[in-house]
Amino acid sequence: MRLLEDKCKGCTNCIKRCPTEAIRVREGKAVISVERCIDCGECVRTCENHAKAVITSSLDDLMRFDYRIAVPAPTLYGQIRRAQNPDEVVWALLQLGFDSVCDVSYGADIATECIRRYVSSHPEPRPLISAACPAVVRLIQVRFPGLIPHIARVESPMYAAARVSRLEAARSLGIDDARIGVFFITPCAAKVTSAIAPVGSVQSYVDGAISIADIYGQIVSRLGANGVARPMHRGSSLGFGWARNGGELRAIGIRNSLAVDGIHNVLGVLEEADGGRLSGVDYIEALACPAGCVGGPVTVENPFVARVRMREISESLEGNTAEAIASAIGTVDELGEEFFSISGEIPPLSGLELDACLETAIMKMSELERMVEGLPGLDCGACGSPTCRSHAEDIACGRASEIDCVFKLRERMQEVAEELLRLAKKDVPSMGKREGKSLP
Amino acid sequence: MSCCGQPEGAGGAGGADGASGVMISMEFPIVQYDFAAAGEAAARIKQILRQLGISSDLVRRAAVAAYEAEMNLVIHAIGGSLSLVVDSGRITLTSRDEGPGIPDISLAMREGFSTASDEVREMGFGAGMGLPNMKRCSDLFNIESNMGAGTVVTIVIGVN
Repeated sequence: MRLLEDKCKGCTNCIKRCPTEAIRVREGKAVISVERCIDCGECVRTCENHAKAVITSSLDDLMRFDYRIAVPAPTLYGQIRRAQNPDEVVWALLQLGFDSVCDVSYGADIATECIRRYVSSHPEPRPLISAACPAVVRLIQVRFPGLIPHIARVESPMYAAARVSRLEAARSLGIDDARIGVFFITPCAAKVTSAIAPVGSVQSYVDGAISIADIYGQIVSRLGANGVARPMHRGSSLGFGWARNGGELRAIGIRNSLAVDGIHNVLGVLEEADGGRLSGVDYIEALACPAGCVGGPVTVENPFVARVRMREISESLEGNTAEAIASAIGTVDELGEEFFSISGEIPPLSGLELDACLETAIMKMSELERMVEGLPGLDCGACGSPTCRSHAEDIACGRASEIDCVFKLRERMQEVAEELLRLAKKDVPSMGKREGKSLP
Repeated sequence: MSCCGQPEGAGGAGGADGASGVMISMEFPIVQYDFAAAGEAAARIKQILRQLGISSDLVRRAAVAAYEAEMNLVIHAIGGSLSLVVDSGRITLTSRDEGPGIPDISLAMREGFSTASDEVREMGFGAGMGLPNMKRCSDLFNIESNMGAGTVVTIVIGVN
């Protein structure tokens, strides 16, 4: 996530929506805390000045590799109204410099099979939480570290598609893996980060991520009568359905499961899970974006319009479903579930801690609580912090001053003005009267 | 701990009750039958412990105990308060009410035993797991109750 300083007006809209209170406005510009940011893209969606940008790869980056594979999220196909069918979009991607295309929907079919096996072979803990949305995984790391053991350690569909397509290209072409570049066409900011620095994986099998918003115009300009092309793998209608909220649950078919979308709704459900109050729920599909990945912050289409189009595409692929699923299961059988599992550690992140030392943290908390008592509690955001409590936190940690609050500043000015008035009224000894008093 | 000094007035929001060392103390009033606000005190306690950098398993235990205590105050007592005290060695949660009191504590501690009304049970509460859950989450558990005078439940969780 990057701030475009010339566009930022310091309006404080973004700080109010950030689910981890990762943004402050300082000196008229938003400042994003790297430790707290979960890349959910809520600030991108909120900013009317388009001052938040997601750092992505460009088509020029493709030239670093001899063989280039595009791995488009199913969401891409729902974005392009002018395309008659997904194959037209695949053709356009090939015209842009890719040598082949592997749909992430195929990775979704693989993930579906792996999740089914994972859930049946892991009786505890419950509920398990899908790792498909990297913003949710990072939210758990930052705000709900107690839920880390609940994350179902199956790689996201993006990773499954990337690994399989990379492996197959290396085998069929007989070239070294390092010469193959795999680029994810992404609707979301979090997957850009996870493509470059994956959580829980030793290495990334994705070489870059290009946002749908960035590549959209170039795809549209290459649609048309020139031709159509098939991807090296296409998923089932259920695999395509992962782009919409509830799609993962429909695909994996686990009873006693729960789907939630929108990062603030996800927060509420994770609070319940963290409090041990979701007994009877075996699996949670949690997606940071409203309506699911179709509502990603770096898409161009209205998420609800895109969702309808995704449903139409998904239904058009129903005839292909049994074959696609059989192919995905065959791939899982051949390569093994471990090939698609999150093998590394998923550490808790300490972005919310007041201090690493408990005693210092207690002192800061005492100061924080004392400051909260004195602040107006209006959560206006004028101080540059999202709430009065977070402002108090910033004061306790030495990052802000009490009079950054306009109300406290006004109080202070009133005190100073009263003192000035008192001083102004004070008689100068050489001029004023000292009735009834004598010199000492 | 050698890394920290002794602060001035380290009792924080609620004072240190004469105890020594760095500590913070705060109290949350709980209103009877206020189901809309039920759980808010436990959520605040969880947030505070997380910000203090307490390990996630301890935060979870404290949060579960605090939630159960809060629900007990909402359902069974005529309101009351839940207090949190944290120092470098322990987390202490104390639930106080001036409710009817518990006639048979050993019975109340039995899993599944509940005196909740049918109305409360219909809302999905009062399953008789509150006190046993609180005990399970604590390293030290104490309950004192006097008929007509109220109940005090104290839970201590050690901080390593």
